[in-house]
Amino acid sequence: MRVELDNLSKSWDGVVGADRITLDIADGDLVAFLGPSGCGKTTTLLMVAGIYKPTGGTISFDGRVVNEVAPKDRGIGMVFQSYALYPHMTVFGNISYPLRIQKVNKGEIRERVQRVADMMGIGDLLDRNIAQLSGGQQQRVSLGRALVKEPQLLLFDEPLSNLDARLRLSMRGEIKRLQDGLGITSIYVTHDQVEAMTMADKIAVMSKGVLQAYDVPEDLYDRPKTLFVAGFVGNPPMNFFDVEIMRTDGDFRAKSGAIDLVLPADRAEKAAAAKGKVIMGIRPEDVDLVDDSAPAGEGLTLTGEITVVEPLGREDLLGVGINGVDMHVLVDKARGVRVGDSVDFVFNTSRVQFFDPETELSFLWA
Amino acid sequence: MTPPLEKEALVRAAVGEPGSTRRTLGRRVRSTATAYGFLGPTIALVLTFFVVPGILLLILSFTDLASVNFGDPWNFVGFANFERLFTDRFFPKILRNTVFYVFTTLILFNLGLALVLALVTTNIPRRSGFFFRLVWLLPRLTPSVVYILMWKRIAQAEPFGIYNQLVPEFLGASGGNLFLGGSPWTFVILTNGFIGASFGMIIFTSALLSIPEDLLTAAKVDGASTWRIIRDIKLPLIKWPLLFIATYQTLSLLTSFEYILLLTEGGPGLFTTEVWALTAYKRAFASYAGNSQWAFGATWAIVLVTVALMFAVVYVKLFKFKELIQEPRIDNL
Repeated sequence: MRVELDNLSKSWDGVVGADRITLDIADGDLVAFLGPSGCGKTTTLLMVAGIYKPTGGTISFDGRVVNEVAPKDRGIGMVFQSYALYPHMTVFGNISYPLRIQKVNKGEIRERVQRVADMMGIGDLLDRNIAQLSGGQQQRVSLGRALVKEPQLLLFDEPLSNLDARLRLSMRGEIKRLQDGLGITSIYVTHDQVEAMTMADKIAVMSKGVLQAYDVPEDLYDRPKTLFVAGFVGNPPMNFFDVEIMRTDGDFRAKSGAIDLVLPADRAEKAAAAKGKVIMGIRPEDVDLVDDSAPAGEGLTLTGEITVVEPLGREDLLGVGINGVDMHVLVDKARGVRVGDSVDFVFNTSRVQFFDPETELSFLWA
Repeated sequence: MTPPLEKEALVRAAVGEPGSTRRTLGRRVRSTATAYGFLGPTIALVLTFFVVPGILLLILSFTDLASVNFGDPWNFVGFANFERLFTDRFFPKILRNTVFYVFTTLILFNLGLALVLALVTTNIPRRSGFFFRLVWLLPRLTPSVVYILMWKRIAQAEPFGIYNQLVPEFLGASGGNLFLGGSPWTFVILTNGFIGASFGMIIFTSALLSIPEDLLTAAKVDGASTWRIIRDIKLPLIKWPLLFIATYQTLSLLTSFEYILLLTEGGPGLFTTEVWALTAYKRAFASYAGNSQWAFGATWAIVLVTVALMFAVVYVKLFKFKELIQEPRIDNL
């Protein structure tokens, strides 16, 4: 089912929950609503579900405006962070509840519940009480209950946030496979960008009730349109510097008190037109320790002092101070550097981003 | 058999290890003392105001103590008071009245109306809900005598009662004395019910509000109508408060009589609205030709206490209270 939100807004006595959200979800896609707590992603989801009534704009399913349609008539299934299982019913009772309300006949209920439960790998738990299940099993029941009525649209409200890290990883893959296999259009609310990046066909990044970006995951990461998106997507976050772009001897250079770097023309040209200060962004993985065996070109290195070394296992995260400006650097291995060491860093300037400090829009992609 | 803990301590003492029996026992005595320290005030209250008076009442019911022979040594008369009670001409009527009064008020008001009020006031905007609950609490905040006087003013016969002055004319009834005179039970049950409902209302409201919002959202998405949500989700989840109120209010209605005393004094006529607790009160404290029959009143009271205790035991067994205390795991995050 195709879902369109057009200028969808919700406010309570002047408090804005969602502000003119406009986006289009293609049939069969999984779209993630990504943003920090209180950004309006759950508010928007609950409007799509019909629990909240929009104060402006429209929601359309397959071109039909559904603003006034009751939740029960929207053909949706929903999965909650808290699982929201009925604690006084068994697993069978929970999964069969939507069908019992539709007055489906008993034999068919049995059959459909069993089929869905088998699919979720909980086929042998149907007689259990909810309290006897683990968190992962409860979330499977919750998914089963959402799927059993064969919905046109699946809504996930941070479904994995209550699970431990390992289970989250496996459920992530499972939900994605399931959604792909069944081809049900889905909206997936999360504050976990790894979840959003790995599962979603498109990601809607939200902040303070406003849709900041709506794009495929790779574009959000490599071609962020706003400063917020650049800073929010990616972990550890992108480093930002206030610089001026100068053109000397045909070379573009980014300069500030702390920084002097040569920039590739294709990136710097648009930012240079701005005259005056711009915000330069570079991701922690696009900076590296200078390797003596492969020396970097002139103007691509800076010297910094190590302030923090955080071993992450596969990589090391370094906190670096460059003439009083802090930045994060992600390196394969710290190669014996210690806090207090003065070290040379090479910048992969072909990956720098530039933003207008006034409008916070990207010079490159906006 | 030696309990395992003690056995372990004994073994340790025997092989000369630290943590011997003496230390373990000392700790046990201390923790027991702490427990009784906390329980102490409650135990003292229950003993002083329930157990001791109960025993005195029981003893009293086997004497013929009354205001006429007050000061004489107690004269034990065996089961004479009990015989007199069960052969009383009005005993069946009072029993019927009590059962009718307790269960009608309980079901219609203390449970029924309370539940309706709780469901309605939690389904409207928060502030309005709060306001209406406050209004329903007003009778409880009003002194009993004032509250009953207001009701009397409404329900008395013409020309005093507001109801009898106004309503029969509207309805075209011949009227005059429809309410207090014509159907005193309506009056008795309404006055008690209007107060009784507020207690359940408060308990049910808090229970309903503690149901996680997600569950109700889930039910709506699952296709449940408001009525189905109440029936399938809300009521089962407030089962424990419902049973608690049923038990508590049965017992408090059994022993309550002050509104009836103030309203009708058990009348009009002979024992029309007289309930058990009122009889006990009247026999003990109201004067019959200058004589208050303390011992006979005590007999009515002790029978009532016994019945109430039986009810309590039956409720506890019937509703599997032990299980219920553990069961409502509304949040299983």
